Amino acid sequence: MSKSNNKTIPRALIAAMAFASGACIMTIEMLGARILSPYFGGSLSVWGSIITIFMLALAMGYLFGGRLSTRNPNSVTFALFYICAAVFSLPVIFLSDQIMEPIFMVMEDPRYGSLFAAIFLFFIPTTILGMISPYAVRLMVESEEHSGHMAGLLYFVSTLGSAVGTLGTSFYFVLWWEVDQILWGTIAALVLCGCIILVTHYAMNPQSQKVQGRHAKNA
Amino acid sequence: MRRTPKLSSFFLLAFVVQLASSVGAAEAIHEERSRYRDITVTQVGERRCLLFNVHRGDRNQTCVMVNDRDRLVFDYTRMSFAGLLLNPEPSRILVIGLGGGSIPLTFSDLFPSAQIDVVEIDEAVVRVAKEFFFFEETDNMRVFVDDGRPFIKRAGIRGQRYDYIVLDAFSGDYIPEHMLTREFLEEVKSIMSPDSVLVANTFSTSRLYDHESVTYQRAFGEFFNFKLPTSGNRIIITQLEPLPPRGELVTRAVDLADRMLKYDVPMNDYPRRLSTRVDWDMSRRELTDQYSPGNLLREN
Repeated sequence: MSKSNNKTIPRALIAAMAFASGACIMTIEMLGARILSPYFGGSLSVWGSIITIFMLALAMGYLFGGRLSTRNPNSVTFALFYICAAVFSLPVIFLSDQIMEPIFMVMEDPRYGSLFAAIFLFFIPTTILGMISPYAVRLMVESEEHSGHMAGLLYFVSTLGSAVGTLGTSFYFVLWWEVDQILWGTIAALVLCGCIILVTHYAMNPQSQKVQGRHAKNA
Repeated sequence: MRRTPKLSSFFLLAFVVQLASSVGAAEAIHEERSRYRDITVTQVGERRCLLFNVHRGDRNQTCVMVNDRDRLVFDYTRMSFAGLLLNPEPSRILVIGLGGGSIPLTFSDLFPSAQIDVVEIDEAVVRVAKEFFFFEETDNMRVFVDDGRPFIKRAGIRGQRYDYIVLDAFSGDYIPEHMLTREFLEEVKSIMSPDSVLVANTFSTSRLYDHESVTYQRAFGEFFNFKLPTSGNRIIITQLEPLPPRGELVTRAVDLADRMLKYDVPMNDYPRRLSTRVDWDMSRRELTDQYSPGNLLREN
């Protein structure tokens, strides 16, 4: 395995970012039911649709993120996950009615209606957010014997973040703010994470822009 | 005036005996756990009741007297018919929330030719209503197992209209927050015609009362706030047109009183209870699809 010459950002920062991504995933998921309910109701099947789609999207994200981490793992790509997830969350704010209305008109059964709506609204941003964890593991791991330890640590912080996002959203955020305000907060948090990673990376590697083209690729 | 000790101890004894008999003899004749709730049917003497989530201390949803099935046992069920003061001859009726089915059954008995659509999210409730509470579907009375909000949204898009709408989906353990919002009320308005009446059984306690009142007022303007000293429920009665004057309500109550007698609905008592006085905090935030933490507001 070949390595890039760049210094990796500190582990504590990676862990903090993983915590934030876990919180953002669950904040969006908890709001999902509220976003779908005007069209598909508040039945158990609507929750089922949302959880199913989030699980599937995360599964795909883990797969892609893990695959991507084998090719020249670097902090810039890591930061891009956050920025892309933020960008692809924007349709939840701006296009949710345009996405749900035609589905509502075509599908009488709220089960499949909510399932398809959840796919179009949440699949892409959640997949991208799912890529963060395996990629973060790769960035934190320096030797094989460390890998289990780092993976465990990462699951720990990101799941802890998920718990905080779930509780915060369902207990407090919906009482304090509107759905779109909470979504904007989540998007801002993701962009902020991306920026923090980039700033740290370039602060640690002032020469990195010059060497980027010479990165060795994985065999 | 003081009661003699003997008399008060008699009352105490009578109270204890009554309490014991009502608790002790409340036999569960059916229990099931549905997708949404625990359903219990109890019977004490001739009185059969439907309870949701009984272990969490929920109240009875519906009771019927098995020997006098026309009689409505609860105040809020009777109060749901006060909308007849605004529209005495409905022909298309929509009831959101079936419970034991006493509201649609009464409508069906009152207006045999009216089309009655009932929407109930929990099919187990439909089954229990049929098995234990004498509810039946007929050509004129259909039950749709669906969520109330998409049902109404779809009805609006199809241009369907109802002239008597009862919202009775809020009496359970968990509040369907998406049916408290301004947007939902706008959808309800889209299935109303000028002579339609909306009767909503809502919350009379907690902060939710203020939020709901503000939301209904923004959507409908002035509405009748219907409360009884004997009941913890608050019924909102409103229509698209300005509300009729009290004199008109009194006249209609007189016309209807005899017909409503067998259901135990004291129609003549209702007009003076319909108030338009603002008794809520108007500075409270309106509930919208963006902001509707009904379950959190109820707890605070």
